[in-house]
Amino acid sequence: MKKSYKIDVDCAACAEKMEVAAKETEGVKDATVSYMTLKMKVEFEDGADVDTVMKNVRENCKKVEDDCEVFI
Amino acid sequence: MNKKQKNLLIRIIIAAVFFVPLYLISEEFIETGLPNWAVFILFLIPYLLVGYDILRKAFKGIMNKQVFDENFLMTVATVGAIVLGEYGEGVAVMLLYQIGELFQSYAVGKSRRNISELMDIRPDYANIETEDGIEKVDPDEVEVGSIIVIQPGEKVPLDGEIVEGNSALNTSALTGESKPQDVAAGDQVLSGSINMTGVLKVRTTTEFDESTASKILDLVENAASRKSKSENFISKFARYYTPLVCYAALALALIPPIFMMITKVGMAGYASTGAVWRDWVLRACTFLVISCPCAVVISIPLSFFAGLGGASNQGVLVKGSNYLETLSEVKTIAFDKTGTITKGNFAVTAVHHSPLDEKKLLEYAALAEYNSSHPISLSLKQAYGKKIDPARVKDVQEISGHGITAKVDDHDVAIGNEKLMKKIGVESHPCHHVGTIIHVAVDNIYCGHIVISDELKEHSKEAMAELKKAGVEKLVMLTGDAKSVAEKVAAEVGLTDFRAELLPADKVTAVEELLKECTGSRRLAFVGDGINDAPVLSRADIGIAMGALGSDAAIEAADVVLMDDDPMKIAKAIKISRKCLRIVKQNIAFALGVKVLCLILAAVGVANMWVAIIADVGVMILAVLNAIRCLFVKNL
Repeated sequence: MKKSYKIDVDCAACAEKMEVAAKETEGVKDATVSYMTLKMKVEFEDGADVDTVMKNVRENCKKVEDDCEVFI
Repeated sequence: MNKKQKNLLIRIIIAAVFFVPLYLISEEFIETGLPNWAVFILFLIPYLLVGYDILRKAFKGIMNKQVFDENFLMTVATVGAIVLGEYGEGVAVMLLYQIGELFQSYAVGKSRRNISELMDIRPDYANIETEDGIEKVDPDEVEVGSIIVIQPGEKVPLDGEIVEGNSALNTSALTGESKPQDVAAGDQVLSGSINMTGVLKVRTTTEFDESTASKILDLVENAASRKSKSENFISKFARYYTPLVCYAALALALIPPIFMMITKVGMAGYASTGAVWRDWVLRACTFLVISCPCAVVISIPLSFFAGLGGASNQGVLVKGSNYLETLSEVKTIAFDKTGTITKGNFAVTAVHHSPLDEKKLLEYAALAEYNSSHPISLSLKQAYGKKIDPARVKDVQEISGHGITAKVDDHDVAIGNEKLMKKIGVESHPCHHVGTIIHVAVDNIYCGHIVISDELKEHSKEAMAELKKAGVEKLVMLTGDAKSVAEKVAAEVGLTDFRAELLPADKVTAVEELLKECTGSRRLAFVGDGINDAPVLSRADIGIAMGALGSDAAIEAADVVLMDDDPMKIAKAIKISRKCLRIVKQNIAFALGVKVLCLILAAVGVANMWVAIIADVGVMILAVLNAIRCLFVKNL
């Protein structure tokens, strides 16, 4: 399953970091972050609980770039 | 500007107002005997004011084991400079770096808004007709088959069919075509176009999620997440580059002084060993300032984003940055014939008549064929142009593979191919025109023939010339049509090659053969109208579907969607991609070139910190401005 989320972040390099962090989150099959459109596309693994996974994604993103937001 | 940007701007202004006079008179402070710590504190005020968030981020980065980023580079460089007593340089670097950041964030935000304005096709509401008048609702809530009312000046919220009213529609946001399109009851309207003159009542045929406007928006939004090779290269590059530069700076700070102290080479130029260390550490700090990769990291995705936005404004939807890249390398284009080079509607192109006059001949033909819905009969009826009275026609007989015989106004009319003429014992005259030849005999006397062929699109010829000018080497037409027809079309529009009499499956094979001929970075594009050619579209390096509004299969299979069916748009798409890629390459070469040059100058001690930060911020601003040029593609 794929879902798209709005994000807020200030620099292109930070968006890259968020992408890596999101990809490494458990339950995420693949993720892309577009700094230009301020969107994060997340592909979930089968059977993953979207809400929990996204909370973890947000937490991991904040870890690498504290000035960012993922709107769940 | 948003709140964050305003905040940063205020900080920059205050810090600058404080810092600039301080820097100018700081020499005198020291002469008047002001203690060093007091000077230090004075400089610390603007430094912390403008740079506290950078310091905090760098610190957090270290805590989270994400050490090497721009914040870290800037922190180490400025703190280093300040510790070495270069207060002015330290503060200036931080200040200019923040100005650069502000500019970058402002420029990106601005182009983001520009692009969404270009693609402003999202409808905000729909006027639904109910029993108690007109109600304004969210387009999401409108059910299929509802009647909606569209006032002049409003956006069409959902796809549908007009049930009442006449108007002109502005479809420029969808197709890039600025000429208004006249519509009347019975016509289809697409969401995202703007109603200009009259009130329209429309029966919706799709839900909002399935409507043209949402599909296009979806496509454009997703395009930016398919990254190009250049973008992937840059993000990988940044991942290795920053740590590498940090270690290089460390080496620069340690190795030369140690080497000099051991070997005593070059020590003569310095007053003491302390001065040696100071000089090399400062060089290392300068090195760090230059090494910040922001110029490239920001300008490459911005170029692609602007390119995609500019293209969609021209009615060219590219599904991702990667396709924009491939498109720029296209050297061979394979075309479908019908619907791509030709209009795909058969029409009477010539009438050769002898005893009867032209109108009479067409009249007989149209009458005899009145009951048939074959494309050829339709084109005959269209050429005749008048209403047909079925009472005039009797005894219609269709002879399969030959044609039709009928009694029209008590004359025996036979229309069909040569075989039919032979069969009824009439000698037919061959025709030198290419196309489908319909012979007509009345009362067993040969009366002439009608030539029916597919018409070329208005701009086909110009489009091919434009493509050749844009550097496309091979233009090949693939068609199921007869060789003679293909030959004529190919010569007329100026194609370099054609393959005729192909079955649908043969087209894939033909494309595969052409693909084998594409060596190196040459790419092959296939252009089709999206009907029946999905396999070929996906087999080619890049599939271009034209006039595909409303055809889901084509939008799905193609990589580039041309919203109207003007072949000139193919050349336009290629030119846009070339421009975009040219700008990307310029930016990579320019930014990296200046950086490498400055790094060398810093390492040998020619460039100081001022040069370093001005080079860094300057390159970034120029690269961003250059990237924004990708948006301007209208006159390509």
